[in-house]
Amino acid sequence: MEEDKTNSENPLKVNRRHFFSQLSVGIGSLALGSLLIPDLFKGGPKPLASQPLGIPHFAPKAKRVIYLFQSGAPSQLESFDYKPTLTKRMGEDLPESIRNGQRLTGMTAGQDKFPLMPSAAKFAQHGKSGAWVSEFFPHIAKIADEICIVRSMHTEAINHDPAITFFQTGSQQSGRPSMGSWMSYGLGSENQNLPSFVVLTSRGKGNSQGLYSKLWSSGFLDSKHQGVLLRSGKDPVLYLNDPDGISRSDKRHLLDHVSSLNKIHHVETGDDEIESRIAQYEMAYRMQMSVPDVMDIKKEPESIIKLYGEDSQVPGTYAANCLQARRLAENGVRFIQLYHQGWDQHGNLPNEMAGQAKDVDQASAALILDLKQRGMLEDTLVIWGGEFGRTNYCQGNFDPKNYGRDHHPRAFSIWMAGGGIKPGITYGETDEFGYNIVKNPVHINDFHATIMNNLGLDHEQLIYKYQGRRFRLTDVAGNVVKDILT
Amino acid sequence: MKQKLSIGIILVGLVALLFAFKSGLFKSSGDEYADQKLPKVVDYNFHIKPILSDNCYTCHGPDANKRKAGLRLDLEKEALSELPENPGKYAIVAGKPSNSLLYQHVVSDDPKQLMPPPDSQLALNSYEKKLLKKWIEQGAKFDKHWAFIPPKKAELPTSERTDWAQNEIDAFIMEKLEENDLAPSEKAGQHTLIRRMALDLTGLPPNADQVQRYLSNSSVDILELAIDEFLASPTYGERMTQVWLDVARYADSHGYQDDSYRSMWPWRDWVIHAFNNNMPYDEFLRVQLAGDLMPNASKEQILATGFNRNHPITQEGGVIQEEYQSYYVVDRTNTLGKGILGLTLECAKCHDHKYDQLSQRDYYEIYSFFNNVDEKGLRMDAVQAANQKYFADAPFMTITDEETQGVLSFINKDEGKDVKVMVMNDSMPRTTYIFNRGEYDSPGEEVTPNAPEIILPFSENLPKNRLGLAQWVTDENNPLTARVFVNRIWGMLFGNGLVETSEDFGVQGSLPSHPQLLDWIAKDFMEHDWDIKYLLKKIMLSATYQQSSIATEESKKVDPDNKWLSRAPRFRMSGEIIRDYVLATSGLLNKEIGGPSVKPYQPPGLWEETNAGGNRGVLTTYVADEGDKLYRRSLYTLWKRTLPPPSMSIFDAPNRDICEVRRQKTNTPLQALALQNDVQMLEAARVLAENTITDTKDAEQWVTTVFQRILVRNPKEEEKKVLEEYYTDALDKFLNDKENAEKLIAQGEYKRLDTDPAKTAALMLTAQVIYNLDETITKE
Repeated sequence: MEEDKTNSENPLKVNRRHFFSQLSVGIGSLALGSLLIPDLFKGGPKPLASQPLGIPHFAPKAKRVIYLFQSGAPSQLESFDYKPTLTKRMGEDLPESIRNGQRLTGMTAGQDKFPLMPSAAKFAQHGKSGAWVSEFFPHIAKIADEICIVRSMHTEAINHDPAITFFQTGSQQSGRPSMGSWMSYGLGSENQNLPSFVVLTSRGKGNSQGLYSKLWSSGFLDSKHQGVLLRSGKDPVLYLNDPDGISRSDKRHLLDHVSSLNKIHHVETGDDEIESRIAQYEMAYRMQMSVPDVMDIKKEPESIIKLYGEDSQVPGTYAANCLQARRLAENGVRFIQLYHQGWDQHGNLPNEMAGQAKDVDQASAALILDLKQRGMLEDTLVIWGGEFGRTNYCQGNFDPKNYGRDHHPRAFSIWMAGGGIKPGITYGETDEFGYNIVKNPVHINDFHATIMNNLGLDHEQLIYKYQGRRFRLTDVAGNVVKDILT
Repeated sequence: MKQKLSIGIILVGLVALLFAFKSGLFKSSGDEYADQKLPKVVDYNFHIKPILSDNCYTCHGPDANKRKAGLRLDLEKEALSELPENPGKYAIVAGKPSNSLLYQHVVSDDPKQLMPPPDSQLALNSYEKKLLKKWIEQGAKFDKHWAFIPPKKAELPTSERTDWAQNEIDAFIMEKLEENDLAPSEKAGQHTLIRRMALDLTGLPPNADQVQRYLSNSSVDILELAIDEFLASPTYGERMTQVWLDVARYADSHGYQDDSYRSMWPWRDWVIHAFNNNMPYDEFLRVQLAGDLMPNASKEQILATGFNRNHPITQEGGVIQEEYQSYYVVDRTNTLGKGILGLTLECAKCHDHKYDQLSQRDYYEIYSFFNNVDEKGLRMDAVQAANQKYFADAPFMTITDEETQGVLSFINKDEGKDVKVMVMNDSMPRTTYIFNRGEYDSPGEEVTPNAPEIILPFSENLPKNRLGLAQWVTDENNPLTARVFVNRIWGMLFGNGLVETSEDFGVQGSLPSHPQLLDWIAKDFMEHDWDIKYLLKKIMLSATYQQSSIATEESKKVDPDNKWLSRAPRFRMSGEIIRDYVLATSGLLNKEIGGPSVKPYQPPGLWEETNAGGNRGVLTTYVADEGDKLYRRSLYTLWKRTLPPPSMSIFDAPNRDICEVRRQKTNTPLQALALQNDVQMLEAARVLAENTITDTKDAEQWVTTVFQRILVRNPKEEEKKVLEEYYTDALDKFLNDKENAEKLIAQGEYKRLDTDPAKTAALMLTAQVIYNLDETITKE
């Protein structure tokens, strides 16, 4: 039993033991092959790592999350929330009864008028479900029956930093763990050779807002749950590449000597942390192969490249990141967080947003189709959305061809697909001005509770005690949005 | 196959069981607690309050809004009174558990009666129930929370063993060791001690000359001499400052989304200066909290108040001024709590504290001390600020050449360039209100400056401003300030504080492992005028500190976490110390003190990939410095909050958005990669190899020399054999492969010495083996 356990669950352990048993024979006899795990990239589900927390509270519908975060806040009025009234009442001042005390950002607080501005993008209904999607997103329109559009998201934050921090950590202020870290903490890793939470970034040409490492920080959770930034250059993980002049076998030889000296010191000091250090060096050594392999999208066939679009061949683009996200998902990464910057259209919205949409439309839809054709959509939860919405009135000069919209926290749209989310529905409703929610509001806490639910986690039970307080991703609120579950 | 399957099921079952244990599902089953011995006298603070706080206070504690059934258990008078909703009944009747509803509910079999309610996920175990019963039987005596009672020096415990203790500290440690049937370890070797002391006091390895002098001197007080020498070195101030920067959330950028540059570094230079001059800790705090309000405040005193301007400041156009201005005041309040008083004050920002006797009113009374700064939520956005080369938000002070040649001579400023540093003032008095639910736009009752009475009443004689607050904080009767600081110093030396939660001395924080020792040191520290160097020396001269860190099987079994200190700790150094260690041992270290922060090597593209656009402020692209600026100590590395130096954050450095007093000590594959492949590490190995080859004629000695340089000791025969074999193999390879030898030794900017490439490459890799040893990055 013991033997079986180590083989199936923790190959590292058996290898390390094997390694130590060989030490007495002499490090020269240690073969490279014995330290590598066979079938490293076989894909498909692997046994859970043996962490006490790595067990869901109830049967999960999703095993992993791909979160396509649209940083800067795309306008719901030019994407998924169709409001013909704005066309009819174009230029009229937003009625005070609708605004109803909503605080304004410093950018529009000084405006003496709030003229209603209709969408420059045309809308049509798509799919059997008849979902309204704007012409900016033709590919997403085609998968309307695969996705669930939520038009009734709301938040309290009206500025980027607190709003995005709220979405990613459940709190507007810094210091809490990211949702990816919570999932890693709650569910553990599916692949011993890759981190359980990874981050990929890209940027469009639109007005952008910064990203911060705190968004993927593990906060007070153990740092092993921290998101690992995967980058498009030659060093996909920081310091991953060996220097020029060193071969793989040179590195193996070097590590063997490090390990044998560490082992001697372990015997002398009795400190078991040294054993752990040796194990981490072995994991690092394996990552040097597993990460570039997963990141190497050159292996993808022509049909896939066509599906995601030509951009998918350009490292660092959103399309390339979407394709990479699928490869990471296949390899057991638990939480894959993408950020695409450039959605902050305070001005020049029609042009900029069309460009941003072009960056992400095809690849976002392709990811859904690709996951589906591999049978992975059912257990992969995909989320698309930004940190808040945008105002129904115009910011700056009133020009229907070239207008801007300020931040709007009270109502905005996101979509989700797969992983236990009902496909082909539109959930929630805003008033005819697209300003206030009139039906089925979904708060960020509810959104978090729902994602956790689909991963098999009870958001009220996944708790971490820190500074004497029991913390949750959903703090003291949150209700699972049952209506959108399969 | 079938067998495999059933094994699998058993395994899943076992893991699930383990999980269930962890999550407390079986907490009340009792078995594992049945054998635990009850203390003779049950102590309220140490035994009872942790149970009540963790399980009951949420509904029956200090938070008036959430209190149920009118029952309050954290105050003696109320806990012992008749239950308002249950006349004639009492939660606690001293001496009579059977009449005490608290106890009856806790042991009830009826889920409707059981407390805490089953749906709270909380439950008492059998041991805790027995403790409660015994406490009630013994008279249900309450006491003030231990950390709110001013420390006193207890009589030194005596032990039959007289050959070990070196000072008072050891008496307290020995008492606990004996209680736990443990014995102290023998004294560590002289090499180990000298390296340990150098790392603790200077954050650097001892240099070869020091080691030689100390080892060749057999005088009994040689360790004391060594300590004195380390304390007198200017590197001491740098070491202490490094730690304070986390507390002070120091950074060279404003934070938030644009995260542009700010010039706070002269404040950092002041901290180094203060530590090196051994400014007493009470004064160190007073000037940082209120230097500007002191009579005839000097420039130096004003500069010190930069402490409270180190918080992030937004440069995001469009924010609401009042909202952010209130964030800044909140930050100062929380920093005072976590960093100085060891209290989670922030818990009382939105509601009365659920565990500690701190009300929302208390919170805003402290808040009001910090609410009079002539500041704005947003002064300029990042683009405007960058265009105007505006790196400090008002209020600020300007430092000129005249001052750096005079009163502020400790500031390492380029001549001819004035520097602006943000500081505090009180020139915009504001009325402070309690914010309902903590929201800035929801003001409630008005409050005036005051400090929580439960800690220490704010004397009528004190001015009701930050100066008064600073005096209150450093009053010898303040029960927290000295304890919190000596505990952190203890944590710096031993890896863990005597109170493990060094950020929380409140009811939910951990209890001190050695309460009398903590109090003794805190009191002794105050009696010696808050003298930090004295404190360090006192601890380091104890036998406890000077023990060996070797862990025997026996001591690991009895005390796996080394709570009782039967051995010295052994733990990984911080990212800063690791980098400095490598710079120092390779000979690259640039010892210049202070000045504007520098940009050493950093993997390319990190800032560029995440910034808010190329024109947003001056920290959007990373251009590394050149020459000897690359090799400054790590505390001078430019700190950008949204993307801190990766070679520090990979080793658990916080991002400095908020005050932090404790770092994790993780062990991860990313650390292994950084130590192997960071160009700084590779360059150091190369330069050390070159220097060794140049300086040491006898090639037979090279491997040993490199080893000595890095580990400050001689290699053992076995180690020497492994390394020499490795060097010979590598040399063979590179002699046949000059091309790769040349490539390898091209690492880093530092000028190549004229040494043979193959030998250099082989010795460089040998140095890399040693740099990657656990021992190298560990304080033993």
